Amino acid sequence: MTEQIDKALAREYEAGFVSDVESETFEPGLNEDVIRRISVMKGEPEWMLEWRLSAFREWLEMEEPEWALVDYPKVDFQAISYYSAPKSMKDKPKSLDEVDPELLRTYEKLGIPLIEQQMLAGIAVDAVFDSVSVVTTFREKLEEAGVIFCPISEAVHKYPDLVKKYLGSVVPKKDNYYAALNCAVFTDGSFVYIPKGTRCPMELSTYFRINEQNTGQFERTLIVADEGSHVSYLEGCTAPQRDENQLHAAVVELVAMDNAEIKYSTVQNWYPGDENGKGGIYNFVTKRGICHTSAKISWTQVETGSSVTWKYPSCVLKGDNSVGEFYSVALTRGRQQADTGTKMIHLGKNTKSTIITKGISAGRSNNSYRGLVRMNPGAQGARNFTQCDSLLIGDQCGAHTFPYVESRNPSAIIEHEATTSKVSDEQMYLCRQRGLDPEKAVSMIVNGFCKEVFKELPMEFAVEAGKLLEISLEGSVG
Amino acid sequence: MSNTQSLLTIEELYASVEEKQIIKGLNLDVKPGEVHAIMGPNGAGKSTLGYVLSGRDGYSVESGSAVLDGQDLLEMETEDRARAGLFLAFQYPVEIPGVSNLEFLKASVDAQREARGEEAITSAEFLKEAKAACKQVNLPVSFLKRGVNEGFSGGEKKRNELMQMLLLKPKLCILDETDSGLDIDALQVVAEGVNSQRSADRSFIVVTHYQRLLDYIKPDFVHVLSDGKIVKSGDASLALELEAQGYAWLQKEPAEDELEG
Repeated sequence: MTEQIDKALAREYEAGFVSDVESETFEPGLNEDVIRRISVMKGEPEWMLEWRLSAFREWLEMEEPEWALVDYPKVDFQAISYYSAPKSMKDKPKSLDEVDPELLRTYEKLGIPLIEQQMLAGIAVDAVFDSVSVVTTFREKLEEAGVIFCPISEAVHKYPDLVKKYLGSVVPKKDNYYAALNCAVFTDGSFVYIPKGTRCPMELSTYFRINEQNTGQFERTLIVADEGSHVSYLEGCTAPQRDENQLHAAVVELVAMDNAEIKYSTVQNWYPGDENGKGGIYNFVTKRGICHTSAKISWTQVETGSSVTWKYPSCVLKGDNSVGEFYSVALTRGRQQADTGTKMIHLGKNTKSTIITKGISAGRSNNSYRGLVRMNPGAQGARNFTQCDSLLIGDQCGAHTFPYVESRNPSAIIEHEATTSKVSDEQMYLCRQRGLDPEKAVSMIVNGFCKEVFKELPMEFAVEAGKLLEISLEGSVG
Repeated sequence: MSNTQSLLTIEELYASVEEKQIIKGLNLDVKPGEVHAIMGPNGAGKSTLGYVLSGRDGYSVESGSAVLDGQDLLEMETEDRARAGLFLAFQYPVEIPGVSNLEFLKASVDAQREARGEEAITSAEFLKEAKAACKQVNLPVSFLKRGVNEGFSGGEKKRNELMQMLLLKPKLCILDETDSGLDIDALQVVAEGVNSQRSADRSFIVVTHYQRLLDYIKPDFVHVLSDGKIVKSGDASLALELEAQGYAWLQKEPAEDELEG
């Protein structure tokens, strides 16, 4: 039975193709000169370069973290190229017509057509290819509403005051090893600003694609939702199937001002490596948001890719009555390893957080939930509810839960529930006795297990997430 | 007997679970439209028979044959047996959290239709059928949206099994101690559901420990299963006899020459 379930989960990695695009790629290696060259490629002002260099100097003093339950050969940071961009992007195409058709084809193949007429209405996309943003759609329409949605490299020029004010304000430069590295070498990502009282008229989405060999991708995303505004942002990622490990070290910062709401959803499908653990992306990511008074940040993630994942999207609930949410599905199979969870830092009064995680482990993978709930002395009347469920498939995988709870306020209420279950033979038997093949049965059972999280995703992404778990939601009513 | 072709023919079936032989030379012949009751003491192999016929993992056939509608059941995958028209109503239906009854049922119906080369049923049409089935087994329509068997009472689970049967329209239904744990009202609902499905092209094997169910579902034949084989067969009156005398008299003197009707 386990064999059948494993087979059912052993989906093809459909995004594993390589695009034939001529790129300008730096020689591998990391030093101050490389950082200066990145800064020159991006035509950055002096303050940005100085910011990078100071982060780099901090990074040199730091140690790679080893506390996560993941085991992988150490990354040789001198063997990675820190910049790669399609040559065709050098002249900064003004419109879609000037963009290399091969790049457009790449996104089309991934199911993300960049031609506005062909796109799902209501979603604006920033497409990041290796180290550059290829195109950002629907910008004019967004500008009408006063919403800024552009590559961060462009925001550095156009909106320096906003960038200076908020970049590094939520994740400080020396927050952790990978965050410091990202500060030094980040190349592109998205910048979003929603003005006061504005409800962003479209879903915003960034699609990250790694294409070039031996390059790292260092994505940097900054979203600022001003007072009383609302935005829903989606992030997707894929990479070609390669035998070498590649590094993706991103930093995402969210700022939700008073009464603002940010919903951030991720469907992460980086190449996970093959059955024996060869190749795949190291996904070492720092994501954090700060909530001011009565603001709300909701993280939803569906993690199915990467060979190693180290990621803890977090909320700092600074303002009174602010709300943080974290909904996560993490599926590991083959030799994948995931150590993921969240941190909810309650500072303000009557702050509330909810954590719902679903870990699914198959094959010989290891899946860990690691979460921190901290109630600071000022968090009068704060509440947290945590539910961590693990589903085991087969008998060679591991599921682990590491909940850390620190309460320094006696009025705070913290609830934690955890379950571990298996896809049982009885469930498989029932499904098959009704005529379902084993593949359909497994995907249905796994889908059911994840339902609480999937319902948090925007509809378009829920469908993609379902497909990722080989779940056909077709025909499901109600 | 008429020369109607048999729906199910089991010959000299030997089967085991975890290397323990449970079915020991079982013969049974079921014609379309017939209702056969299989009774017997605990441990006789009643549930095992349903598991073996439906192809549950871990139940292995040592020898013998089982043919459903001309197809060799024992060569088929579990899901193919279901698609061929075999339905088992479980004694203890398992929960599938988060998967709605409706989603599960539609996927099952679609899988079976696909196997027959038919198009998938439209959602609207299916919903209509499912609501009617709910009504027939006396379950609120809200059960369609609940997780499969999730938090259902014993009686609700049994009625849910029956609802699945109504929607899947199998050729052969095996009811595995469907009466266990049911009060008399629930028993009547289940029996009425089964009776409403009796037709010339649908057969039933009703596995039960007690005669009670057979007051409501009148069998054409009653068989006594003991130590892995049928030791006595008769008509409905045999069930009453068993009710009065118990099983002990049959176990003491296995009637080797008794064959089923």
